[in-house]
Amino acid sequence: MNAIEILGLEKNYLVGFWAKRPKRALHPLHLTVEEGEIFGFLGPNGAGKTTTLKLLMGLVFPTSGSARILGQEWTDPEVKAQIGFLPEQPYFYDHLTVHELLNYYAQLSGVPAKERSRRVESTLHRVGLKDVHGVQLRKFSKGMLQRVGIAQAILHDPKLVFFDEPMSGLDPMGRREVRDLMEQLKHEGKTVFFSTHILSDAEALCDRVAIIHRGELRGVGAVADLTSSVHGKVEVIWQGSQIPASMKALGAECHITGDTVRAIVDEHQQDAAIDALRRERLHLIALTPVRTSLEAYFVEKLRRAETTAGRTL
Amino acid sequence: MKARVLHIASNTFREAVRDRVLYNLIAFALLLSGAAVLVGQISIEIEKLVVINLGLTAVSLFGIVIAIFIGIGLVSKEIEKRTLYTVLSRPVRRWEFIVGKFFGLAGTLVVNTFFMAIGVFAALFYVSHKFVRADGLILVALYFIILEFLIICSLALLFSSFSTPLLSAVFAFSLFVIGSFAEDLRGFAGMAHGFTRWLATGAAYLVPNFSAFNIVSSVAHEQPVAAQLIWHNSLYALFYAAMALSGAVLIFEHRNLK
Repeated sequence: MNAIEILGLEKNYLVGFWAKRPKRALHPLHLTVEEGEIFGFLGPNGAGKTTTLKLLMGLVFPTSGSARILGQEWTDPEVKAQIGFLPEQPYFYDHLTVHELLNYYAQLSGVPAKERSRRVESTLHRVGLKDVHGVQLRKFSKGMLQRVGIAQAILHDPKLVFFDEPMSGLDPMGRREVRDLMEQLKHEGKTVFFSTHILSDAEALCDRVAIIHRGELRGVGAVADLTSSVHGKVEVIWQGSQIPASMKALGAECHITGDTVRAIVDEHQQDAAIDALRRERLHLIALTPVRTSLEAYFVEKLRRAETTAGRTL
Repeated sequence: MKARVLHIASNTFREAVRDRVLYNLIAFALLLSGAAVLVGQISIEIEKLVVINLGLTAVSLFGIVIAIFIGIGLVSKEIEKRTLYTVLSRPVRRWEFIVGKFFGLAGTLVVNTFFMAIGVFAALFYVSHKFVRADGLILVALYFIILEFLIICSLALLFSSFSTPLLSAVFAFSLFVIGSFAEDLRGFAGMAHGFTRWLATGAAYLVPNFSAFNIVSSVAHEQPVAAQLIWHNSLYALFYAAMALSGAVLIFEHRNLK
């Protein structure tokens, strides 16, 4: 079963004071997220990521389109008992302690009374907030609030978790912990849908990603597919500091680093490159296809989108 | 469903009672009751009348300020600070949120009124050294003040569901002032002619009639309160609050939380 099916969700806002005119925040979006995967929703600031999440949470109403979450209509309030949501830069009730806050959210999510206290403690432990008894949330740092936000999203053991910029405000250690947490959630069989503009996080975590720009979906697929050797290049690494003339003749770009040399050659020239090293009795360390990084793919997609938009204008 | 409304109400109550501003307001109200004692002492033979007048007026005014001050932020601040996102992304209906907020604020005001009323009775006991049967009428006046609060709460919530806190405060306070002169407005409507009459009559019946709730002066003079007035005011307050709350729900149900 699909965890999320977005069927042409579209959002236009009316802008202007007197003469209202529609401004498109999200073009009709079609997207499917499978159960049990970590799905990254990527895009620069203002791309439409948060709008999509707000539409799925029922916080804003779509101009057209619909969606299904865990096989049910997304407008059904009961489906929300099975989902968790971390908004971007979360903020909570200043005068409550974290225990009171999580207890309140557990009540609203329908967690049985006898389980609440245990669930709150274990969730706080899970997000690294153990020693915060009696402290009101207004005294929490930005990073701590982010952890509280993550805690409230997973508190009721949801099947599907939506994170909007989960790494925001966290230090490197905190980011690492959130990554680990997301991987744990996946191993527990949960589906994780998270928006980010930090591509290294997406590349390290996601099974699949979608790229959105100016409210329009630009690409979607498995990270491995998107980062495959689209250039048809291979990387050859050997020991030493010598670059054979025959290797130079292949037009290879060579870089010497310490006692290893790294060369990039066309895929069809890899046998010739290996022969060149053999002839010079050089020790081959590695031969790997050059993979486009997610960042390169992302930048390329956005550049194309900008070019298309420029032509349209 | 009931449980969720109750949880939202109790959370609203807890947040409100921990707000320091609230304590300041209650402190001011109690100070005013204390001041009534001083004024009472220099008002020979009418000490009691002054204490009741000043005390109940302080309870009413400060309660109204608290109701407006907290009520206007109940929805708009939750949107502004995005605390609402983590509530509405749970199995909570929007109407449950509004109704829960209303009961939370109403509960806060009832508890505040209780403490301020203790201040009034303490001041009264200080000047007259005893309670008489007629002092029970103060409880009726306090009940009417609470009914006023219910209406103000619902109006503050209504404005808060579509407007900014500042504008909501202006709207709610304006309605309170106009509503306090509702009887005069009705009198004016009776004397007017043609279109003005229609307009004034419409306005007079649309704004809450707070003048009917103000029995402070008659209570201070130990004049009895008709049971019919108690029934009338109770039904009127419940009806008016229900209407304003329905309006708030209706607006909020269709609002995009940007």
